[in-house]
Amino acid sequence: MAYRHEIVEKNSILMVVLVLITVAIGGLVEIVPLFTIETTIERVQGMRPYSPLELAGRNIYIREGCYVCHSQQIRPLRDEVERYGHYSLAAESMYDHPFQWGSKRTGPDLARVGGKYSNEWHVEHLKDPRAVVSESIMPPYAFLADRPLQYADIADHLKALRVTGVPYSDAMIQNAKVDLETQTTPDADTDAVIGRYPKARLGDFDGNLEKITEMDALVAYLQMLGTLVEFDKVQPGSLRQ
Amino acid sequence: MTAIAAAQPGATLATGARSEAYVEDAVRAFVIATIFWGVAAFAAGVFIALQLAYPVLNLGLEWTTFGRLRPLHTSAAIFAFGGNALLGTSLYIVQRTCRARLFGGPAVAWFLFFGYQLFIVLAALGYIFGITQSKEYAEPEWFVDLWLTLVWVVYLVAFVGTLMKREEPHIYVANWFFVAFIVTIAMLHIVNNLAIPVSFFGAKSYALFSGVQDALTQWWYGHNAVGFFLTAGFLAMMYYFIPKQANRPVYSYRLSIVHFWSLIFLYIWAGPHHLHYTALPDWAATLGMVFSVMLWMPSWGGMINGLMTLSGAWDKLRTDPALRFSVTAVAFYGMSTFEGPVMSIRQVNGLSHYTDWTIGHVHSGALGWNAFITFGALYYLVPVLWKRAGLYSIRLVSYHFWIATIGILLYISAMWVSGIMQGLMWRAYDNLGFLQYSFVETVQAMHPFYVIRATGGLLFLTGALIMVYNLWRTARGDVRDETPIVRAPAQSAAAE
Repeated sequence: MAYRHEIVEKNSILMVVLVLITVAIGGLVEIVPLFTIETTIERVQGMRPYSPLELAGRNIYIREGCYVCHSQQIRPLRDEVERYGHYSLAAESMYDHPFQWGSKRTGPDLARVGGKYSNEWHVEHLKDPRAVVSESIMPPYAFLADRPLQYADIADHLKALRVTGVPYSDAMIQNAKVDLETQTTPDADTDAVIGRYPKARLGDFDGNLEKITEMDALVAYLQMLGTLVEFDKVQPGSLRQ
Repeated sequence: MTAIAAAQPGATLATGARSEAYVEDAVRAFVIATIFWGVAAFAAGVFIALQLAYPVLNLGLEWTTFGRLRPLHTSAAIFAFGGNALLGTSLYIVQRTCRARLFGGPAVAWFLFFGYQLFIVLAALGYIFGITQSKEYAEPEWFVDLWLTLVWVVYLVAFVGTLMKREEPHIYVANWFFVAFIVTIAMLHIVNNLAIPVSFFGAKSYALFSGVQDALTQWWYGHNAVGFFLTAGFLAMMYYFIPKQANRPVYSYRLSIVHFWSLIFLYIWAGPHHLHYTALPDWAATLGMVFSVMLWMPSWGGMINGLMTLSGAWDKLRTDPALRFSVTAVAFYGMSTFEGPVMSIRQVNGLSHYTDWTIGHVHSGALGWNAFITFGALYYLVPVLWKRAGLYSIRLVSYHFWIATIGILLYISAMWVSGIMQGLMWRAYDNLGFLQYSFVETVQAMHPFYVIRATGGLLFLTGALIMVYNLWRTARGDVRDETPIVRAPAQSAAAE
């Protein structure tokens, strides 16, 4: 063996090529089938792309590194299902570029936090976590409530996501800015938004009617997490991967 | 076996006259950068550890929250401290073990140095200002990724170019590991960072893959950043510096062949063990688990080869605390590569995942293995590169060693206890069949362990600052007037 290995030890290019082949195999065998096996994503109803406001909120969630401490992936273990709700499906993150499953729970899982607390609770909690939960170790995010949301280029975000495969329609892209404003305006005519983004939470989220803030967007995102899939219509067979 | 000669760095040492030709200025700069970023990374780690114990330290500013500083800490430790150590030592080692000047000369070496520092600064500023793609250990946005890709291609060309113009017949084993490290990191970096920018002039991009596919791609990357950046590259350092420090040949040439190829083949498969019980299909998670357990063997092959190189030179551990760093590093490597396969088993992972146990595991590797082998290399390199007879103080190396070791032990024990405790509290039921603890009660229970962990980190940082002082005085050419803590056996025999 030592004798034959000498061939590799004396040829730099051969060594580079053999190393590349050796390290490529594992990834190819594990990752490629996830794109080709159709049952990898469960066949469930209700999933839709993020509304422009939710997407903007998701980008703030990413910017602030929320994923560092909060997972979005409920495991099919008894205590997790009781604590957080139905275990997470692959379908539920099918439009997540990138995924936000996380790897650490310094804080609780957020995969199904949508609708569990009021908007007011979220705003107060984000501004000063210890005012709401005295033992919390979460950083305060009061600045989100003061800062206007930057959304002039929101349509470009939808376009970039469409390139990656998210099914944003032309109408969604054309109306992105209007949809974002409408979703967070109380008493607006929201039929078009709901038509494009069923189940979207509507209204003013941060208690400040004067401007659309980053707080509005983040709370809108948190309030829709885990609420899309219609679990009452799910058949056990359709969850088989 | 004539090939044994190739496994001895002693046999490939350049003569004094030749060493003038080696590119060394940039290597010295890499050494300084390693020390600088190391201290920065440890300090950032201590600060965010204290934030978890005392959240008021988030300071109410958007730039100083845990969410933004944690990636700063991990990237500073892995890519700034570890990366500079790897680039610097690889350029040093490849020239000496090939008896050839760096391909491209000083210009390429300086490009690599400044190019890599620019990558670090761009990444770090991004984290503080919230420019991140949120993929762990691959947080920098698309434009930083493109820049790093360019630097990395130059690195690959310079390294392989040097191998090709070598005057030694064989490629020395350390260089096999460096080749695997450079080639694989290129592959991982490019695939995991595929993204569509929103606009040419904006920082924001969207990852090409989504959901479950993105998750596996990310952990294929993430685990092999450990496997190839923090393992293969640092094993290369082990294969050069331990034989040099102990003045012994590598224990087994055959073992190095077997464990090299099996390590790089098996490591790539292990990523899915980060995704047990998630929406990743079971077949993929099981495959990752099986390969992770198999990975134990080649990992220990490396450990055995490193430790057994000390055969006949174990007494040096008493008198040479720099070698003690290198050897303790290999022992920590053995411990964490045993703990890793255990944690990759689905049922164990069910308890450990999402908890501090993982954080403790990572730090037994990062502090015990990566940092210690780097410290050993630095204590060897600084006198050589600054052309000094020896270190300023051996005693200070010893103090550094013990302070840092106690720091690591505090750190990982605290994380074992808090991790396992929190995992058990999450799944605890009372006798009425209800969940016994609310989430925040488990957070509260962690507080004392977060304080202990921060204390451990502070000790580790203190040790590093002692090293900075010692190496600074060494570079200046000072020698401390001191009696050794332990006399060499021959001397003590003579004294009697």
